[in-house]
Amino acid sequence: MQELTLETMLAVFEEIFGRGLFWTMVLAATGITAAYIYVLIRDRSMSMRKFLLAQLSMPLGAIAAVLFVQSVTDSGFRDVGGPIDLIVLLGVAVVGAVGIAVLVYTLQSLIRRTPQSTAGS
Amino acid sequence: MTGSSMSFSRRMFLALAAGGGLTATLSGTAAKASRIKTAARIVIIGAGAAGTALVNRLVDRLEGARITVLDARREHLYQPGLSLVAAGLKPASYTVSQTTDWLPGGINYINEVAAGIDPVARTVSTASGKTIGYDFLVLAPGLVLDHDAIEGFSPDLVGTNGIGALYGGPDYAARTWEAARKFTQEGGVALMTRPSTEMKCAGAPLKHTFLVEDIASRTAGTGKYEIHYAAPQASLFGVPIVAEKVRMLFSERGIATHMRHELVSIDPGRKLARFAQTRPDANTSAEVTSMVELPYDYLHVIPPQRAPEVIRQSGLSWSDKWTDQGWVECDPSTMRHLRYPEIFALGDVAGVPKGKTAASVKWQVPVVEDHLIAAIDGREGTAIYNGYTSCPLITRVGRAMLIEFDYQNNLVPSFPGVIAPLEELWISWLMKEVALKATYNAMLRGKA
Repeated sequence: MQELTLETMLAVFEEIFGRGLFWTMVLAATGITAAYIYVLIRDRSMSMRKFLLAQLSMPLGAIAAVLFVQSVTDSGFRDVGGPIDLIVLLGVAVVGAVGIAVLVYTLQSLIRRTPQSTAGS
Repeated sequence: MTGSSMSFSRRMFLALAAGGGLTATLSGTAAKASRIKTAARIVIIGAGAAGTALVNRLVDRLEGARITVLDARREHLYQPGLSLVAAGLKPASYTVSQTTDWLPGGINYINEVAAGIDPVARTVSTASGKTIGYDFLVLAPGLVLDHDAIEGFSPDLVGTNGIGALYGGPDYAARTWEAARKFTQEGGVALMTRPSTEMKCAGAPLKHTFLVEDIASRTAGTGKYEIHYAAPQASLFGVPIVAEKVRMLFSERGIATHMRHELVSIDPGRKLARFAQTRPDANTSAEVTSMVELPYDYLHVIPPQRAPEVIRQSGLSWSDKWTDQGWVECDPSTMRHLRYPEIFALGDVAGVPKGKTAASVKWQVPVVEDHLIAAIDGREGTAIYNGYTSCPLITRVGRAMLIEFDYQNNLVPSFPGVIAPLEELWISWLMKEVALKATYNAMLRGKA
């Protein structure tokens, strides 16, 4: 990279996914994050019951993210060739895990709000 | 577990939100040099990677310049994708877009080929007889494939009788895969070649060889096929340290090499390729050339490559180098013509020692932009091109080596200590497969 500016990075991501899909994904990610923050502020606490299910979904998100990246790039586990490849693989898994955890937690909070009497201490 | 909970402060949320806002503002503050007012007439021959990237940067820097871009081809080709098309990994359409999709407004785009250049009168004439005067001329017409140089070969043969030639363009790359796929399924003998002239992306013959071998190993299976790599050069790659690495990989993968073999003719009926083999005579050490015939079931042809006729006829080529090829005589560090300072060369047509690749173009364009704008502004430009080029050298479907080097054959990795240049890595493949076209397109728009 010669000039790795934020503008260049945005241009690159727009080209990878297409302008429409990229900004839709950015909006979706922002929306989910905002909804997550909203439910945290609204509930004033984090429900460990909801967080447990979110945590249980993390391995699924991790595996799904890795398989998604491998399928769109015509590659597989046999192509991991060095330490940086393992780091990238784990990075993709972490992003998938965190993403699905936030999504699952937020959906639970939005869909079935825990009654005040049983939530929190 | 009803009692367990975790408290978050409102202040923490506000801090997070503020961080998000800051990121959003940063995106809109890319510094832009102030535009220079000028009435200069700039003509760019060629709307490929180089011409398009340059014109998009010039319109951002200049106000009032009269810029003309000439190119006869309506389609813009993403040529780094041809290797993927020829291995069945992408459709032909992956490499095709419209030239006009990339060109900025406010310029004069002439959909014609440049028929003549008069560097003394400073004019360019088109095929239909238009004459355009210029103050600055940028030569970026690409190169031409000399199919006729190989007796018995014609582009019509690609895809039939086990013949492939991916350099011809998207359709030829797709037909190359038809021929290569048959080989990867049925096995036999594959014969990979390269020309003796300078060529675009000197890594492509190696990539095609590695990809065909990898796919054959997964489909036909070991023992059912042989792969032979024949080249007129003495080594497998221009950069010695890379040549050695490729030699080791070829040896591991059982790919036989025939160095100093130049393809001169083919006999598609008998599936035989004839090579001129050069070697030193045992007694006199003088170079002796003899003819050798090699059989094939799949043959990949890369024809000799030369500057377009209009360049070779205009007296702008080197007179003492590459005389059979006609590349433009220019300073390798500024891309400026050595005899006509108002002329620059970019991309494949430039007579510089290395790099007929899109990566070279990416590094050359800002240098030409700097010197051209400086000349308009009455200054001397300062930017220097060091010969940087890069080659994501695919070694398998799923792995590549991210090789970057300069005029001096030094490796110049962009991510030293992180992405090893001579290691076959998945991340380097991801860059080729996912990020490269995106970066290329950003470059076309003048943004990378």
